[in-house]
Amino acid sequence: MLYREAGDFKTSYRDDGQTFPIRLDRWAYYAALAVAFLIVPFIINDYWANAVFVPFLIYAIAALGLNILTGYAGQVSLGTGGFMAVGAYAVYKLMTSFPEINIVIHILLAGGITAIVGMLFGLPSLRIKGFYLAVATLAAQFFLVWLFNKVPWFYNYSASGQINAPERTILGFAVTGPATSAPAKYLICLVFAFALAWVARNLTRGMSGRKWMAIRDMDIAAEIIGVNPLTAKLSAFAVSSFFVGIAGALLFSVYLGAAEVGEAFGINKSFLVLFMIIIGGLGSIFGSFAGAAFMVLLPVLLKNLLVGGLGWPTDLAAHIELMIVGALIVFFLIAEPHGLARLWALTKEKLRLWPFPH
Amino acid sequence: MDQMFFAAEVLLNGLMTGVMYALVALGFVLIFKASGVFNYAQGVLALFAALTLVGIQQGQVPFAHMINAMFGTHIEHFGWTVPSVLAILLTGAVMVLLAFLIEKLVLQHLIGQAPIILFMATIGLAYFLEGLGDVMWGADIKNLDVGLPQGISETIETATAEWFGYGFFIDRLDIWATLIAALLVAALVGFAQYTKQGRAMRAVADDHQAALSVGISLRFIWVMVWSIAGFVALVAGVMWGTKSGVQFSLSLIALKALPVLMLGGFTSIPGAIVGGLVIGVGEKLFEFFVGPMIGGATENWFAYVLALLFLVFRPQGLFGERIIERV
Amino acid sequence: MNQQTEITADGRQIGGTLMEMKNITLRFGGVEAIKNISFDIREGEIRAIIGPNGAGKSSMLNVISGFYVPQEGEVWFKGQRRGPMKPYQVARLGIARTFQNIALFDGMTVLDNIMTGRLNRMRAGFLSQALWWGAAEREEIENRERVERVIDFLEIQNIRKTPVGRLPYGLKKRVELARALAAEPQILLLDEPMAGMNVEEKEDMSRFVLDVNDEFGTTIALIEHDMGVVMDLSDRVVVMDYGRKIGDGTPDEVRNNQEVIDAYLGVAHD
Repeated sequence: MLYREAGDFKTSYRDDGQTFPIRLDRWAYYAALAVAFLIVPFIINDYWANAVFVPFLIYAIAALGLNILTGYAGQVSLGTGGFMAVGAYAVYKLMTSFPEINIVIHILLAGGITAIVGMLFGLPSLRIKGFYLAVATLAAQFFLVWLFNKVPWFYNYSASGQINAPERTILGFAVTGPATSAPAKYLICLVFAFALAWVARNLTRGMSGRKWMAIRDMDIAAEIIGVNPLTAKLSAFAVSSFFVGIAGALLFSVYLGAAEVGEAFGINKSFLVLFMIIIGGLGSIFGSFAGAAFMVLLPVLLKNLLVGGLGWPTDLAAHIELMIVGALIVFFLIAEPHGLARLWALTKEKLRLWPFPH
Repeated sequence: MDQMFFAAEVLLNGLMTGVMYALVALGFVLIFKASGVFNYAQGVLALFAALTLVGIQQGQVPFAHMINAMFGTHIEHFGWTVPSVLAILLTGAVMVLLAFLIEKLVLQHLIGQAPIILFMATIGLAYFLEGLGDVMWGADIKNLDVGLPQGISETIETATAEWFGYGFFIDRLDIWATLIAALLVAALVGFAQYTKQGRAMRAVADDHQAALSVGISLRFIWVMVWSIAGFVALVAGVMWGTKSGVQFSLSLIALKALPVLMLGGFTSIPGAIVGGLVIGVGEKLFEFFVGPMIGGATENWFAYVLALLFLVFRPQGLFGERIIERV
Repeated sequence: MNQQTEITADGRQIGGTLMEMKNITLRFGGVEAIKNISFDIREGEIRAIIGPNGAGKSSMLNVISGFYVPQEGEVWFKGQRRGPMKPYQVARLGIARTFQNIALFDGMTVLDNIMTGRLNRMRAGFLSQALWWGAAEREEIENRERVERVIDFLEIQNIRKTPVGRLPYGLKKRVELARALAAEPQILLLDEPMAGMNVEEKEDMSRFVLDVNDEFGTTIALIEHDMGVVMDLSDRVVVMDYGRKIGDGTPDEVRNNQEVIDAYLGVAHD
């Protein structure tokens, strides 16, 4: 009875265009933000930060980025891992070259650099479409990983070929390096995830988003009604890569601390993020978060259940995880191509009518 | 002079590798033509086939690892080995069963979906099959030997040494692989051209609706095509497996069939073959001439970048048909 | 060449030449889809292009909208020769169109679809859009008001937030018209606006076309199969057959043109 818009009239177009038109949704959103910002930082410990919250937030950013490109603009990319690597190596070079500058600026710059690289690899999208493009983005994936592996300048000629994040602080608190506390890791990722989700929402509800979706739904018609395909596609690649680059920068500097490119940013990473948006929901901001949560939690749960609970060996659990993930992808594509976000919307739709469904 | 012979040898080896790529690409083309599905799982299909073959041949108990974990037993083998020919036949049967299940459980439910959705479904399928293969047969690297000759061909080495004063090193396995692949392609083309099922398959490829209306069973054709693709995957799996062991990287090598397809066009069998050869030779020569200057291991990306550049200038591939856009 | 402004019998104003096609020839490979055709479109009129299947009508419309570039001939718009342009640049000149096979964006709501019609009038920078601050929000609301006027005009208020993919055919056609109208075009091109509609839907659509022309003074060029509709709606008609122009004039003139009767009307009325 509570969950409906009856009586919740909109008197201006501004109100009508807001993100959560239903009052209860708005409250739920503010409540979630309050918990995330004011409660979780005080109770979080290392296990929860490292196993769940920090990877969830970082992958949510990457999923948002890929969702802008694939879900909104309709350009499938299998190069996410490679672009995350660009963000990671960019932030590494910036951190070590300009230690006096704040890490937040480095992370944003790393996103900017990735955006430029993304646009470069997005250029072929003007000529080729669909899975031709998907395979073309594999070129970005393999080439970038190879580049960071083979050119020693990128890893500052370190003997191991690895990159290691030095300690950097914000307001006196370490956010990178081994001394970082769990709340600090969590908070910096939370701030980035929150701000970027807000930007993604703004872009997708405005004219840029409409241009992207027009290209996605019918590119020829979009061009005839006045969408410039060049700027629409390249802006999608740029924004998407900006997000993915920041995710890569955070993954390396805040979460992993040390990374070897082939292992941390291989093709499997590309698929992981793609699965997140399929399961979460293509073309949905909420879906990017839901999908990231799902794909981060699944291995944790399986590990606890199979290894912790039943005492099975970890490699077996890993293989079973592959099967479950694969089966779930197929299942979601068959049952609900719009993913968790649509399931959630349908539930709300039902709730709105409850208890009088007719 | 030696440098030139060396390059020629690299070129020959590239051709042999290209044959392997073409073999996997062939599986893609078959499925794409008959069902419009871009089957990302083709590479994993080859891995799965090779794993199954080794498992049957060596008498492994399927799911042994899981059974042991569940019941605390220590079973591994049935204690027998199966002759290669029989094992290959049995694996073929498994691949047909798999094709049937894929059609029944996946494809049937995705009829009419956008191609890109189907593509992503096959990525899911690839993950599932990879996990299944590992759970069934274990993830350790296995040796595959079905009695194909291996090692450097001495006949060729001495003969070429006599003719050119330079002995070419060529693996006998590569020669056999080329022969078998050529036979397989010939058989497939013959099948498509001259049998009733082959004609039906081409009809489906042309137009699903029209094929249905003249009484062709789509389901039967799809199961058949996936079975053939499974069989092609088996052959590719045997070749690659014999050469470098059965392991996960096999499915990654098979990924290279994707740029091969982009070069050759998704619907063209000759395209798959020529594309495979171009990429096989191209990446070996590039690695030979340019690789040392820029750090090597260029095979990782050369094929993809080549395909990408190529596509920008000719989006329909070497043999694909030109697409006319309309509104 | 510049005609005097006329007032039609029903009180509408028809001005000078707005667009002129001069000796257009379009080929696909060896096939000539359009053979050396010239005609003009005057400001404020409803101009129809008719002809049997395969006469080249749609190709002609695609030439006007810039999707096809003719091998020969010139397109003049507002007294200037239009050089080779991309379709989206043509749209910016103020030429909007609908499509024979409905080209709406299925994944978006009706409102968003119509809003895309305004995209050439929104100039907010990327940063402003990203932060939803200043120009972006202001523009969004201003343009929403314009779009709401179109929505009222076409009587589709109740489906504003419905995804287009769920709408029935007739409504889709109307939404497509709304999207084109939202652009406030100089010329509105309609590609078989009544194809596949029942009588009632056709009547609605005819009324909308006339109202658009009447209220906004929009110049309209349309292709249509339904002869009755064309003759009632349009001020002047071009008749095409096998890529050639075989008649041009008022509906009455065309109706009495012997070549037109032979080629088209006689056949169509069988």
